[in-house]
Amino acid sequence: MELKRKDLLDIKGLDREEIELILDTAESFKEVTGREIKKVPTLRGKTVVNLFFEPSTRTRTSFEIAAKRLSADVINFSVSGSSVSKGETLLDTARNIEAMRADFIIIRHPASGAPHILARNLRSSVINAGDGLHEHPTQALLDMFTIRERKGKIEGLTVAIIGDIAHSRVARSNIYGLTRMGARVRVAGPPALIPAEVETLGVSVFYDMEEALSGADVIMVLRIQLERQGKNYFPTLREFARLYCLTQERAGHAKGDAMIMHPGPVNRGIEISPEVADGLSSVILEQVTNGVAVRMAVLYLLSGSGEI
Amino acid sequence: MNLLIKNGRIVDPVNHVDQVADLLIADGKVRQIAQEIPVTPDAEAIDATGQWVVPGLIDVHTHLREPGFEYKETIRTGTMAAAAGGFTTICCMPNTKPVNDSQAVTEFILRKAATEGMVNVLPVGAITKGCQGEEITEMGDLREAGCIAVSDDGRPVMNSAVMRRAMEYASMFHLPVISHCEDTNLAEEGVMNEGRVSTELGLRGIPNASEDVMAARDIELAALTNAHLHIAHVSTQGSVELIRRAKEEGIRVTAETCPHYLVLTDEAVTGYNTNTKIKPPLRTLKDVEAVRKGLREGVIDVIATDHAPHAQVEKEMEFDSAPFGITGLETAVAIALQLVDEGVLTVNEMVLKMSGKPAKLLNIDRGHLSVGAVADITVIDPRATWVVDPPQLKSRGKNTPFEGWKMKGRVTHTIVGGKVVYKG
Repeated sequence: MELKRKDLLDIKGLDREEIELILDTAESFKEVTGREIKKVPTLRGKTVVNLFFEPSTRTRTSFEIAAKRLSADVINFSVSGSSVSKGETLLDTARNIEAMRADFIIIRHPASGAPHILARNLRSSVINAGDGLHEHPTQALLDMFTIRERKGKIEGLTVAIIGDIAHSRVARSNIYGLTRMGARVRVAGPPALIPAEVETLGVSVFYDMEEALSGADVIMVLRIQLERQGKNYFPTLREFARLYCLTQERAGHAKGDAMIMHPGPVNRGIEISPEVADGLSSVILEQVTNGVAVRMAVLYLLSGSGEI
Repeated sequence: MNLLIKNGRIVDPVNHVDQVADLLIADGKVRQIAQEIPVTPDAEAIDATGQWVVPGLIDVHTHLREPGFEYKETIRTGTMAAAAGGFTTICCMPNTKPVNDSQAVTEFILRKAATEGMVNVLPVGAITKGCQGEEITEMGDLREAGCIAVSDDGRPVMNSAVMRRAMEYASMFHLPVISHCEDTNLAEEGVMNEGRVSTELGLRGIPNASEDVMAARDIELAALTNAHLHIAHVSTQGSVELIRRAKEEGIRVTAETCPHYLVLTDEAVTGYNTNTKIKPPLRTLKDVEAVRKGLREGVIDVIATDHAPHAQVEKEMEFDSAPFGITGLETAVAIALQLVDEGVLTVNEMVLKMSGKPAKLLNIDRGHLSVGAVADITVIDPRATWVVDPPQLKSRGKNTPFEGWKMKGRVTHTIVGGKVVYKG
């Protein structure tokens, strides 16, 4: 089993079979991560480089654990600031890393499309760990994995994504993935945080949160980046929270068994209330657990290795 | 040595000439156009059978980058690119370093162009000192030194009162005011057209309104001041309509668009090719159709290139970090011919919009092939095919969005003042 591609850059380019293959494979790896000895020799001798141009704890750690559980060697390479400020282009940096014979380059970068530059120019497999406002494919895959695990399916579910859709790569990847898997996707937020013509991606747009939540099977709350303040996307965090914070009461508009997701890190009391974030319907920590299994699956399927 | 261009299709729309004939150049001027002019020993003959012989093309919007950014382009390489693209006269924008806001810089450009340039160079002076949008330049001085228009291209004058005063002052010297219409507040940190594609790519968008509101403002200011407003690189349906209405009302406005706004949409940005990053950004099909219609109907007077060379290392950046701008001098003719092939323009209209009309708006005696006119002439083989291969372009900037395109139509001779400066 393998993905017939060198890189994982986005969900948009994946077909339904590929997504299902990744999710099915992740199930096997989740079983591995439940064992006493959480390690398989699949990627022994392979080198994985985490190339992070933005601060990240959970995604980087998740990839690192995933690679180590597959017995790969992992190197973390953090760069603060863009390549411009260093005077070295992104491509120079990546070519240097490739010259050290990295098999996988996992890149997070503040500029949309940065992983595509690497993918076009390098022989290494490139995995997008979040690029600008564009996509965060492994996050969407772990979200879909978590939904499928809980609900038994994705097709036919109603998923409401709430908050800053415009600046969210998590939202974009989930919109592509969930609609491809047959879910009905709604997005809700103030107009300035809804990207232009987003309906063309097959979602419905809501400004009223309660309407968006009505009858939803899944509620996905996005992190509101605190630096969005002062740009008039919304007047104050206070008013944003008053209109869009997921409270217990608001969550009651969704189906009784609705699951509540958040890609983290959580701003408690701003986009989600503490009791909801830590409540029984919340799967936020399961998402983190599943992230490792999904990333193992992606590394494995891109490596073209044989049996698990 | 005289030049005799034999058997070409002479297309001279200003004089309503479109016929196969011979054209004799003597002493740098057009001496005679007639059937079967005999070849004499003192004349070099050019066989132009099957080719078009047109007035030398004029680009009202070029960035030569010198002084200050010689690593992107020089007056030498930029004018070589112009010659290869069939342009005999180009107008260079003032956003150099230092900015062309003084006689000294204008004179430097003209001196360099005279010694190293391949084609005529007409400098455009700045509207405001340093293109800072605050204090207007000494336009009397600039005019005297040789500037033929003023513009703060790339850095629009955001303060409407400053723009008003600049237009009033420029009109005294009969200098057209070339406006890069962009409300930079509305454009924010945008890097491409705002719409479905920007949403898909996760790139910050620039709405059409950022162009339209400034076009509307500048048209109102042209009406107020009676200055000659020339709107650069029209890219939106909205500004086409605003210009149409302004012309109907008799306001002194002319407009240009560029080849890329006629054949590319924001879909070209897919894949994050930084050679599609320009301002104004590539728009949607609806806009392309409106701009084409505006061009055909005469709302848009001129095809200009907005040739904006950058170094390869600058364009090898992430999309967000790469500079705006693409080259255009060497691909303009082929793209314009594509429009002729598609029936958007006739051959005569195409030639007029690339020679006669630019000459008229700049108020220069060029753009026609009357007997006695300066022999600035371009010979085009409309059937020659070629593939755009950036390393082969004469411009130092290789940042063309047309890499790999199969083009039809190529310049075979560019003649400036009776001298062949380029042979294809």
